[in-house]
Amino acid sequence: MASEYASSGEYIKHHLQNLTYGQLPAGYERHDHNGQVEVLQQATWTVAHNAAEAKDMGFWAINLDSMIFSVGLGVLFLFFFSLAARRATAGIPAGLQNFVEWVVEFIDDAVRGSFTYKNPLVAPLALTIFLWVFLMNFMDLIPVDWLPYAASLAGVPYFKVVPSTDPNVTFGLSLSIFFLVLFYSVKMKGPGGFFAELAFQPFPKWLFPVNLLLEGVGLIAKPISLALRLFGNMYAGEMIFILIALMFGGGWLMAVFGGALQWAWAVFHILIITLQAFIFMTLTIVYLDMAHSEHH
Amino acid sequence: MNFNATLIGQSITFIFFVWFCMKFVWPPIMNALETRKKQIADGLAAADRGKHELELAAKKAGDNLRDAKAQAADVIAQAEKRAAQIVDEAKAAAKQEGERQLAAAQASIDQEANRAREALREQVAALAVAGAEKILRREVNAQTHADLLAQLKAEL
Repeated sequence: MASEYASSGEYIKHHLQNLTYGQLPAGYERHDHNGQVEVLQQATWTVAHNAAEAKDMGFWAINLDSMIFSVGLGVLFLFFFSLAARRATAGIPAGLQNFVEWVVEFIDDAVRGSFTYKNPLVAPLALTIFLWVFLMNFMDLIPVDWLPYAASLAGVPYFKVVPSTDPNVTFGLSLSIFFLVLFYSVKMKGPGGFFAELAFQPFPKWLFPVNLLLEGVGLIAKPISLALRLFGNMYAGEMIFILIALMFGGGWLMAVFGGALQWAWAVFHILIITLQAFIFMTLTIVYLDMAHSEHH
Repeated sequence: MNFNATLIGQSITFIFFVWFCMKFVWPPIMNALETRKKQIADGLAAADRGKHELELAAKKAGDNLRDAKAQAADVIAQAEKRAAQIVDEAKAAAKQEGERQLAAAQASIDQEANRAREALREQVAALAVAGAEKILRREVNAQTHADLLAQLKAEL
């Protein structure tokens, strides 16, 4: 399938481009594959046909593929878990309930281990994060060409199947968590207490500008590192899958070698996707715990 | 790789998912787990109680058995005593009966002997009379000497 593209670079770029839906302004020049130029008479809501168009759509555009897969996977997870929850009995568990209870107890243990306060939000939050991120990462294990190729047969130009390789997704999660951290920091310590925590330590009070800078950077670094760690790991993993997929176009020897490599990388990736989901969850719990605790 | 409204869409989706999870997924499952934990604890406590009761029952059964054994031994001892008594009584009765029968036999023997002696005496008297009759037939009238003979018979 890589051979259908003009160059390896094209192939890689194609696989890293989201299906973006947004508004192009009036007078915008659209270039299609054949080099023909179409000038838009008025502002148009449409699907971007290349990376430049997606970029020109600005902020008020949406990545359809990221949204479809993330919402779909989240609904899948909640469907099965709420099904198990509705049928949950205190008797002997079977099948789905067994699995769900195993996951829930694992999350509950993790939360009890890292979070020392009483907050009914944290454990369900951790469960949602862990399973949702895990499922989004899991899409990485589907061979990179299958879904985009199927989509292209249906006339969809781009189809990026791993939502967690879209920084919008990871930042969407981490910023929500960041606002939760801010909310609980203010709620537990009061605005003054929260400010004091940022301004009056680690150095003496008269050095508060330095303190504010240090603590402020530390605070801002939390959501950014959280989002970038997940994004970076999944993006890099996806990139390697794409590079391996390029080998399938290089003769049967390369294809066999590529197949072996892909298998090996997929096996290794099972560890990475689980680990990244777990890290994301654990750091969320830890950040929320820090938001609750007063440290002087 | 542009930042766009997907960011906001993701955040809204995320908040909705967390809310849903917090409302409909987590509590029922935790509830079931807690209930089961309690049931298991209750079951274990009941098992402990049952074990304790079993011990008590075993102890009681042992006590009962011991009592029954003691009672049985008592009964046996009494029965043996009674048996000995019965044997003694029977022996005494048998001895008495034997003596009684011996005495009866003796009496019967004496009676028989007396009767025989009587009969003998009569026969001897008859013989003597017959003899005397034979002797006296010739010289004496039997009737005249009958009184004499009767007197003689009484003396024998």
